[in-house]
Amino acid sequence: MTTPPHHEDHPHIVSRNARYGLILFAVYVVLYGGFIYLAVFATHQLSRPWFGGVNLAVGYGFGLIFAALILALIYMFLCRSRHHHS
Amino acid sequence: MLYDSSFAAVGIFAGFVLGVLVLSFYLGRKKQSAKGYYAAHGQIHWAVNGVAFAGDYLSAASFLGICGMIAFYGFDGFLYSIGYLAGWIVALFVIAEPIKRLGKFTFADALDSRFNSRGIQLAAAISTLVVSVFYLIPQMVGAGALITPLLGLPHYAGVLIVGVVVTLIVVTAGMVSTTWVQFIKGSLLVFFCAILTLMILNRGLTTDPEAESHEPVNIIAADSIPAERIMAAEGPWADLPFVRVVNPGNLLHPIVYRKLDDGRLAEAQVMRVTTDTTGSQVVWVNGKVQGRGEGEGDLYPVGSVLELPDGQTETGALGPAEFFKVFGESTIATWSKQVVHESDRVVTTVYYPKPTKGSDLLVPGQYFKGVQSDSFTDKLDFVSLMLALFCGTASLPHILIRYYTVKDQASARKSTIVGIAAIGFFYILTLYLGLGAMTSGAMDPTSTNMAAPLLAKSFNDYLFAIISAIAFTTVLGTVSGLIMAGSGAVAHDLCENVFKIPMTDEKKVLYGKAAALLLGVGAMILGILFKKFNVSFLVGWAFNIAASANLPALVMLLFWKRTTKQGIAAAIIVGMISSLGWILLSGQTYANVYGLNPADSPVPFSQPGLVTIPLGFITLIVVSLLTPKPEHSVAEELAEQQEGDNDQ
Repeated sequence: MTTPPHHEDHPHIVSRNARYGLILFAVYVVLYGGFIYLAVFATHQLSRPWFGGVNLAVGYGFGLIFAALILALIYMFLCRSRHHHS
Repeated sequence: MLYDSSFAAVGIFAGFVLGVLVLSFYLGRKKQSAKGYYAAHGQIHWAVNGVAFAGDYLSAASFLGICGMIAFYGFDGFLYSIGYLAGWIVALFVIAEPIKRLGKFTFADALDSRFNSRGIQLAAAISTLVVSVFYLIPQMVGAGALITPLLGLPHYAGVLIVGVVVTLIVVTAGMVSTTWVQFIKGSLLVFFCAILTLMILNRGLTTDPEAESHEPVNIIAADSIPAERIMAAEGPWADLPFVRVVNPGNLLHPIVYRKLDDGRLAEAQVMRVTTDTTGSQVVWVNGKVQGRGEGEGDLYPVGSVLELPDGQTETGALGPAEFFKVFGESTIATWSKQVVHESDRVVTTVYYPKPTKGSDLLVPGQYFKGVQSDSFTDKLDFVSLMLALFCGTASLPHILIRYYTVKDQASARKSTIVGIAAIGFFYILTLYLGLGAMTSGAMDPTSTNMAAPLLAKSFNDYLFAIISAIAFTTVLGTVSGLIMAGSGAVAHDLCENVFKIPMTDEKKVLYGKAAALLLGVGAMILGILFKKFNVSFLVGWAFNIAASANLPALVMLLFWKRTTKQGIAAAIIVGMISSLGWILLSGQTYANVYGLNPADSPVPFSQPGLVTIPLGFITLIVVSLLTPKPEHSVAEELAEQQEGDNDQ
């Protein structure tokens, strides 16, 4: 279920985990920044109907929450697959 | 509004509290080591820890505050949900694993792991205490606000109950019992909010909610009132958008209407507080003395759909997406208030409805007016808040210490993901809960904080009792986490590492418990003193201070080899003092706390994060460059640390 601590603590693994973390973090920053940009500079865009009659504000908002979870799962998968390779 | 306490509520609440205490004593029966007290032996399962993250994080501000804000302002409340959740991305991708790797019991441990500096320990301990106390006060005030409708007890009783129960939880079994309390609370909160959401969708939207004593919103044409009954708009009423109409049956208390944009008039509810020469006060509500007796009255509950699409009166059950579609096409009565100081002895508060398009309530701008304003600094204020929410989570000490309760980085990572799933799911529910409350016909126009429990009440009293008891346990879970973080900062960081008091393992636990007791008593006193303080305000302070003081130090330590101990200590102190100073000088504080004109405030916008977070980074960089370079790089230090850990 959990990997042995000494594998996870290897400096090589640590730095690769950190690099993947930062890349995924950057992806989320772009998504979050996009939302704030729309909210502040193009609020009318957010009122556009988007999916099933739901407007873009609600869609984007829910999307940010789902994106956080999906990126988190991708991160877990990347960290785990690296461990198997090592 | 006046509330009836119910036996069901008291029973369920007492059951919750007793259950939590029994669990605590059961877990605390063994003799404890320091690692057990501060970090639950590092043996909490990652899934339990993940849900405990949710229990720790979803505070009264999250649950009551966000639901209430959505219920009164629509989508703007949901912006807090988005920002609070986004903060977890910083926690997972940047902070979680290094924090787990570097530290032992507290956040100061992690910062100081490379330097052995008393300056860092002192600065980090002070910032932990400041953030924890600012976060504690609104939780305690929230507890007091909840206990009044739930048990019919005064505000201070709620504060004392929370203080005593939480201190018992923390002192008996430290982080072990704190974790289980948070786990139980997190699970219950998410589960029952999901049930409530299903009930909202199943009920759908209706123009005639069944809530007790609901009265429909009364909107009339302006010319339907005889001119001779309209009172002159003079004195404090001169420039206000209200029309006062003589009430022939009650000449002292005119009926008040709000002028609408289309020229029609909407009947408002009026609360007048009169003070006589002896100083005693009488509260009048809609022309009657407020009370439950003969001839007395109270504000009626509000919040309803005025018009549904296609002239429907009720929609029946709606799907999750259909709910927003129909809501967007409807017209909703949203309620606001205006306080009018008629004289030294008469203060009138007018609660008035405003027909609002559902589509306008599903985009930002009803509360954060700056979003739609042309002023650039108003827009910056909003951006600054969203930045503080994003950066604040990963810097909150009571969240950071939860990384020491699991055994390794993999567990830290997995528990954060479970936390994100639970918290994210809950935040999605908040939008349904808030909009459901807005249209439930059960809202108290005087209190945004009671929206979620009153929404439950619009279904049935048992659900009200359960949701109220959960809201109360919400306070217990968060407060116990905060007291744990504060107790670690006092005993481990200050006494052991800064003042160098020699400590055995047993003494460390004893000091921790003594610190928890002191913090518990302090929290109770502050909770009573700050009774009238705006609680969401203080939560904003805590996030801003945490982000400005702690985040630059954490991030730069991990990613910049040139970081020095002086740089870290300076960044924490500068970040903390600048954000605190900015808040104390902000327009919001001028208006809400000092009662001064917000335009006189020397700072251009209220939320400091946009300025003080970068200031923390700049301070760290400048001071580090001015002080001698550390001997080892971060990577070397980390490697040595890990080898040391693995040898143990």
